[in-house]
Amino acid sequence: MAITTMIGARIHRREDPRLVSGHGRYVDDMVRPGMLHMAVVRSPQAHAKIKSIDLAAAKKAPGVSAAFTFADFKDHIAGGIPVSASFVADKKQVPNQFPIAHDEVVYQGEPVAVVLADERYQAADAAALVDVEYEALPAVMDIEKAMESSSPKAHSGAPDNIGWELTYAPENPDVMKEADVVIKERILQQRLFPIAMEGRGLVAEYDNFDKRLTLWTSSQVPHFIRLFVGTACGLAESQVRVIAGPDVGGGFGSKLRPYPEEYLAVVASKLTGRPVKWIESRTENLTATTHGRGQIFDIEVGAKKDGTLVALNVTQYLDIGAYQGVFGAFQAVACLLAGGAYKWKHVASRTVGVLTNKTSTDPYRGAGRPEATHLVERAVDLVAREIGMDPAELRRRNFPTEFPFTNNFGLAYDSGDYGKSLDKALHLANYEDLRREQEALRKQGRYLGIGLSTWIEICGLGPSAATAPAAGVALVESSQVRIHPTGGVSVYVGTHSHGQSHDTTFAQIVADTLGVPYDSVELRHGDTAEGPAMGYGTYGSRSLAVGGMSIVKSCHKVIEKGKKLAAHVLEAAEEDIVFDQGSFRVKGSPDKSKSIGEIAFASYGAGLPEGMEQGLEAVSYFDPPNFTWPFGAHIAVVEVDPETGAVDLRKYIAVDDCGNIINPMIVDGQIHGGIVQGIAQALYEEVVYDDDGNLRTGTLTDYLVPTANEMPEFVLDRTITPSPTNELGVKGIGEAGTIASSAAVINAICDALSPLGIKHVDMPASPDRLWKMIKEARN
Amino acid sequence: MEGIHEMKLKVATTVNGRKHEHEVEPRLLLVHHLRDNLGLTGTHIGCDTSQCGACTILVDGQAVKSCTMFAVQAEGKNLMTIEGLAKDGELHPIQQAFWDEHGLQCGYCTPGFIMAATYLLSTNPNPTDDEIRKGLEGNLCRCTGYVNIIKSVKTAAKMMGGAEAKPAERAAARRS
Repeated sequence: MAITTMIGARIHRREDPRLVSGHGRYVDDMVRPGMLHMAVVRSPQAHAKIKSIDLAAAKKAPGVSAAFTFADFKDHIAGGIPVSASFVADKKQVPNQFPIAHDEVVYQGEPVAVVLADERYQAADAAALVDVEYEALPAVMDIEKAMESSSPKAHSGAPDNIGWELTYAPENPDVMKEADVVIKERILQQRLFPIAMEGRGLVAEYDNFDKRLTLWTSSQVPHFIRLFVGTACGLAESQVRVIAGPDVGGGFGSKLRPYPEEYLAVVASKLTGRPVKWIESRTENLTATTHGRGQIFDIEVGAKKDGTLVALNVTQYLDIGAYQGVFGAFQAVACLLAGGAYKWKHVASRTVGVLTNKTSTDPYRGAGRPEATHLVERAVDLVAREIGMDPAELRRRNFPTEFPFTNNFGLAYDSGDYGKSLDKALHLANYEDLRREQEALRKQGRYLGIGLSTWIEICGLGPSAATAPAAGVALVESSQVRIHPTGGVSVYVGTHSHGQSHDTTFAQIVADTLGVPYDSVELRHGDTAEGPAMGYGTYGSRSLAVGGMSIVKSCHKVIEKGKKLAAHVLEAAEEDIVFDQGSFRVKGSPDKSKSIGEIAFASYGAGLPEGMEQGLEAVSYFDPPNFTWPFGAHIAVVEVDPETGAVDLRKYIAVDDCGNIINPMIVDGQIHGGIVQGIAQALYEEVVYDDDGNLRTGTLTDYLVPTANEMPEFVLDRTITPSPTNELGVKGIGEAGTIASSAAVINAICDALSPLGIKHVDMPASPDRLWKMIKEARN
Repeated sequence: MEGIHEMKLKVATTVNGRKHEHEVEPRLLLVHHLRDNLGLTGTHIGCDTSQCGACTILVDGQAVKSCTMFAVQAEGKNLMTIEGLAKDGELHPIQQAFWDEHGLQCGYCTPGFIMAATYLLSTNPNPTDDEIRKGLEGNLCRCTGYVNIIKSVKTAAKMMGGAEAKPAERAAARRS
């Protein structure tokens, strides 16, 4: 690669001028001529038979054009919402999710009817007039009870509530016998709301004359939406244009699948002949958009007295909800990463997915990796406490030092230096001083805790050899690089940016690779009418390591073509042409050189020799040879007030390694936001249903999303261990903070409360939970 | 019930220096009036229970969540939305500071934060970190972890002439 001037620079985001001035273009900002507003009538019941639906009053309401139920949609939508194999290829039970309920509702919030009216308020008024008669059925809410054979079923007539059951590696009692200490623990992963600040929303415009659909939708995966929604609605890709946004207000995994409303609005537009807008309210969002986590882990960890980790047995019980999430089984990746950043003689893992009468769970920032980190970081702390070893020392003793390191499930960690990031974090935290302070405070009856999380993650999804069988689709990435006749560069990429700053970072990569001015590079994404035939979207911290690399590959193809053209223009042999800093030169003749812009101009306008084609543009698909494996060390420092159970998160240190860095400002921003989502899980957030299936945290009044007041002081630093799997040496950073931080905070709280004999605390570690535990421990 | 929604009331407002007059339903929320009738879509909606602050605007100079007011309650008032902040193509210092300090990612909550910060700095030109946190506690952001938002407001205060808060003050305020 050319000498870099842009890669690694703290370039300010080119997305920002429009966003800070109120000129972003989110879906709800869109108005189309003749547009109808769709309101969705949703089930207030978690599980019930639909006895009847009366639309008469709604249809007569002011401004209403139409109202539809299952009967109106059944002949227009083929099949249902797809379910990916993800990490559980053979599932036991995959109830088909049609986008609207037929005769049985299976979760609170499931669509039962839609109403279309001229104005937003009219649609809402009319939706309230739809009269649905339900006959309540028993709701299946607790995953442990749901596994009992006597349990009611989440879907009437189903044999049981088991969605999947898979053992990745069985327990090995002989290995466990080598351990001097064996500790069992149950670790809960509460359900969470993803809460992108922009809820979902869409405008579907079907032209009955041209037979073409344009769908603007708040999504992370426009090409998947085109493929799944278009096909199910009887439209070929050539008839469908999906535009994500254009601006999308966050996703965090909650917008990476097709949703019922997309199918319903497309058909409603077909049936009414008018564009249809649907904008999700926040209250709707909390039942109609997928949830994250919702798991129980039973673990058993064995170690020697000298701190050598021996064996880990893990069972994951996952609350699927009423329907399998499109990528819900991806969360089983927790089982394959349960060993974390450590060498184990044996790791056993097993996953059980359980159907309940709740909203589906699907990937939420980190998806399976925060869960894995949380359980293994808790496990090593439990061992350290039991054998009386410092938790930092115990970790260091068990880190792999040779890379690639192949874990117990055959996954090869590409590169790393786990000791280095830990040392740096300990240094920044003044770890020894903190331990002394802790000792002193304990004598005064104060509870200071220091929590470590030496995390790893799998990202850069992913190599087709692994993802095609596991996900049912090869998660490669596409790009197109076009050099215009006067030298401007347009870049199309199949990933999608909804806060990740690709417009800026990807342009930095192109500027360096092609040696062109940063300002001459335009980055485009999110519109299936542009660029290559297929794109794979943004999730799993994949965009840079896969999408960015696809762009590099297209740039290389352009340069190769440019060399041929330059040889012709400069009247030299092709093998004598070198490309350097944006110019094609003839070896040994420094005066003979043409810029890439000049070559582009010639490529479109000049007569070329036979066999040479006009144009300077290229399409590439990048299939990474391996996943990438970021890592790091986080330290949380807390003080717990024993009288109130309140946690004061005093300081948070994060040393992360995501390989080479394109833009350090953006990397730090991703880490900040990620850490806060993990802290939010550790301390504040929890989705709560009652036994009848009513969502008790149904508004943001009842669910504590942290504000600026709740956040600690952050100290960020990094190490840089380039990934050997791609030319950029990059790994990914979108989820790191979330993957690391819940474990650091909970380990700190457990450390603080260790004088009381408290060994484990579940999340959220709310004041009432801690107060009760402290009170019990003192009695 | 049907009758009331057909009733229309006149509402005259000055928004970003321009006078507007509309006939609206009494129940129309101010935020919908701004977005749907005036086309000022920079004011966003992130919840329906007045928690998130994405719809924050200035009403006669005071920060207000525009989902908590009916349009008709804005009769005769002077409103400022995010679109009114930049002058002659130049970003307002608060907008510039959010850009400089990477105070936004997806950008959806940003207009609300900038308007809340505008009000905060109009009443306290030199806020400590803790005062910024408290001043912005009515606004939710899911991307940034608030770190760079606080930094943005501090930078804006500096750009607008307020002296820099001392680090010791900041630490003391956070502990209180």
